[in-house]
Amino acid sequence: MSKLGDLGARLHRGEVGYDFIGNRKIWYGLSVLITITAIVALAVRGLNMGIEFQGGAVFTTPKTDVTVSQATEYAEEASGHDAIVQQLGNGSLRIQVGGLDTEQSDQVRTELAKDLGVPEDKIAAELVGPSWGEQIATKAWTGLGVFMILVVIYLAIAFEWRMAVAALIALIHDLTITVGIYSLVGFEVTVGTVIGLLTILGYSLYDTVVVFDSLKEQTKDITKQTRFTYSEMANRSINGTLVRSINTTVVALLPVAGLLFIGGGVLGAGMLNDISLSLFVGLAAGAYSSIFIATPLVADLKEREPAMKALRKRVQAKRASAAARGEDGLDEGTGAAETAVVGPRAARRGRAQEPRR
Amino acid sequence: MAAPKKGRRPAGGQSRPGRALALILIAMVALTGGMFWSGHTTPRLGIDLAGGTSITLKAKAEPGQESAVNETNMNTAVGIIERRVNGLGVSEAEVQTQGRENIIVNIPKGTNEKQAREQVGTTAQLYFRPVLAVAAAAPEPAPTATPSGTATPKPSASASVGDKKSATPTATASTQGRALSEALKAPNATGTPTPGGSASATPKANGTPKASGTPQPTPSADADTAALQQKFATMNCLDPKVRAAAGQGVKPTEPTVACGEDAPGVWSKYLLGPAEVEGRDVDDAKGVLDQQRSMWIVTMDFTEAGSKKFQAITSKLSQQADPQNRFAIVLDGNVVSAPSVRQTLSASAEISGNFNQQSAQDLGNILSYGALPLTFDTQSVDTVTAALGGEQLEAGLIAGAIGLALVVIYLVVYYRGLSFIAILSLGVSALLTYVIMALLGPAIGFALNLPAVCGAIVAIGITADSFIVYFERIRDEIREGRTLRPAVERAWPRARRTILVSDFVSFLAAAVLFIVTVGKVQGFAFTLGLTTLLDVVVVFLFTKPVMTLLARTKFFGNGHKLSGLDPKSLGAKPPLRRTRRTAPAAGAAGTVEPKEA
Repeated sequence: MSKLGDLGARLHRGEVGYDFIGNRKIWYGLSVLITITAIVALAVRGLNMGIEFQGGAVFTTPKTDVTVSQATEYAEEASGHDAIVQQLGNGSLRIQVGGLDTEQSDQVRTELAKDLGVPEDKIAAELVGPSWGEQIATKAWTGLGVFMILVVIYLAIAFEWRMAVAALIALIHDLTITVGIYSLVGFEVTVGTVIGLLTILGYSLYDTVVVFDSLKEQTKDITKQTRFTYSEMANRSINGTLVRSINTTVVALLPVAGLLFIGGGVLGAGMLNDISLSLFVGLAAGAYSSIFIATPLVADLKEREPAMKALRKRVQAKRASAAARGEDGLDEGTGAAETAVVGPRAARRGRAQEPRR
Repeated sequence: MAAPKKGRRPAGGQSRPGRALALILIAMVALTGGMFWSGHTTPRLGIDLAGGTSITLKAKAEPGQESAVNETNMNTAVGIIERRVNGLGVSEAEVQTQGRENIIVNIPKGTNEKQAREQVGTTAQLYFRPVLAVAAAAPEPAPTATPSGTATPKPSASASVGDKKSATPTATASTQGRALSEALKAPNATGTPTPGGSASATPKANGTPKASGTPQPTPSADADTAALQQKFATMNCLDPKVRAAAGQGVKPTEPTVACGEDAPGVWSKYLLGPAEVEGRDVDDAKGVLDQQRSMWIVTMDFTEAGSKKFQAITSKLSQQADPQNRFAIVLDGNVVSAPSVRQTLSASAEISGNFNQQSAQDLGNILSYGALPLTFDTQSVDTVTAALGGEQLEAGLIAGAIGLALVVIYLVVYYRGLSFIAILSLGVSALLTYVIMALLGPAIGFALNLPAVCGAIVAIGITADSFIVYFERIRDEIREGRTLRPAVERAWPRARRTILVSDFVSFLAAAVLFIVTVGKVQGFAFTLGLTTLLDVVVVFLFTKPVMTLLARTKFFGNGHKLSGLDPKSLGAKPPLRRTRRTAPAAGAAGTVEPKEA
């Protein structure tokens, strides 16, 4: 704790820190690589779409002695379609039969009950018509689109358009990675997955917004000083909020991990598992992107602004002249810690006085 | 939509944390009290947790009438489906629209799911059939005069319409003859000449006026007629099963028997001729108040084709004596009204009788429904056994408990004493969430389903995030050399902004999800949105004031080692080396007024 706290303090003062912005090319490269892998995987392997998206039925039996292979046989015989049978943690079976419409699946349920020797009303059934998944998918896409537009508008107002663009790219990046992992591993895509994915929307942005908020604050009076370029400020922001970002991500992941453990480990399959899996993957991707992608992108975009270019020139000129005069502590080297404190504080002092006006 | 709700001030403010705390305490007591007072102390459980069947239907407009999928038509359809489901004796079945084009039917466990399924998705079938004979519900030796009087224009309409759930032990209305669904093709044992229902939504009524005045409808089929009469004589409309069976598999072109409810619990049975006019011949119908006579009537307008057919039937009927001058409006094989006809009518007509507003509008709706150019596709049927539902609920609760425990452990390890505030706040948040969910059950029909439970669990993280944002801010202030009390106040405005901005993004996501999606996704989005809102409330009215109060204690204020605010372990540099800054004391009381940073 004290070590962590100390680290936090040093991060806060900018004494230590990882050069996220400086190394951004590495992270961009990594992300591009991951994204390409995801797209290739998607193109080659596609997604393992669950019953909801192709129509069919999922039956859950009570605890039974019937073996998986027997049950598969029964189900295929009753339906005339391929069946996937899983044994669940509590001894019950989960039987999936694809390609049925709701009428047919009802009959299959009756027959299954007979074959398995269980009363029909003890078999839970999820019967899905073929167009249901389509409807959900359409709505999900609509939701995604509407949300992205609204969030870009909001971020553009609350922050600025560059941040909105960067956040949007980071968001798309998160979704791509998540979908790519689903394709690579072959996890089943269900309505639960879609729910999880859509939730990532809000959550991935949560972290990003926390970093941006700090960035906005730190760079408020950036043109009034000549010690740091925008990129350096951005880097300090990331480092300064690093502890916060890590903590919020960990805390967000913990309950999802609980869900995943129960949903996947104990129940075996189903809604809990689907939601928590996609959430878990997406949240992790979201935390990564807010630090390694979103903020460096903002810095890149900002550095193109004339004001920021001018600032960079001034900073460099000042550093050059300082170096010429032999003053120490103004280069990025050893003395960074000393000077580092001054920049943001100068900005802060300005604000602290506001209330008294 | 503008940035983070600027002008918003924390209620109570820094100087008066007591006020904010009192406010939230009152809210909690009031809500909890309300929960116990209303008697709904647990959230209503969705089908997937309680067991039962949930059916999703999607409206499909007929070609060229795409605009038919609109709110009015959907609501009418909901009304009709409700009648059908309730006719099965289902208790607490709920039918509601979801999104623009979906209808969700939730049927609790323990009912005849199969039958319900078959009824629900079928298009309502509305026909006008001439009445051949009417009798009291119970079997009588002979079909005698009607219980509803003579030729006076006193249609049975008044009582037989609408959603009047019968108070009698014979269960609810209108079970019989539902839906000529092909799934229920089992021919009636009595030998009604029906080779099976037609699958198509609205079988053609060919309009040939076979039946006129006599109870001998089809001279060509004497045997059938005799069987039908036999059936009519022995039929007992008091028995809901009989009512349910009466109209099944009946072709509109064949004569049939049917039941109708004249008044709550008072049933009549009808012998009916072949359908003369069908529902889609009705252009529009509504219950209106006739100002001149100050009575409620139902007006009907027919389509062009419908007018001709209606003219034909009324011209015939108007010459008959009661009860053969009446036509029965038959919905799903159930006589909803049987007004008598006094004159030939064509394009438009009105039905008058002992209507009240409700019954007139109900009949109007039913008649319009016949004209609804909508059919419904069954999108999904989710049947969950009570055992499985219970298991899922348990699993969800365990998962929540694990998640909460992990978060608490993490907070305690990392934040030490500060975690006390976080955990208390989480507790307040959890209590509020629970109580509001319990109250929303009866209020807006909110039902906790599995995704909603997931949403609530995920929300633990969101809620805890807000504390982290605030705590880290405070710690940053302490690192800059401030003492706790000013640090708490200075950290607040900035933390507040961050919390509002990020919560707003979360809420936006939840709101968009809720609005555009259907089914399970909605439950999830709803919980997420609710908990995000509550997070803001709790952080403003509870966490912050408690923090302010505790900053005054020795334990926290002096930065006890275990308080999580120990300046030393936070790496603060109290000796203010680079002091161009005013004395820290200035910040203490002075920064009370927060300003958006």
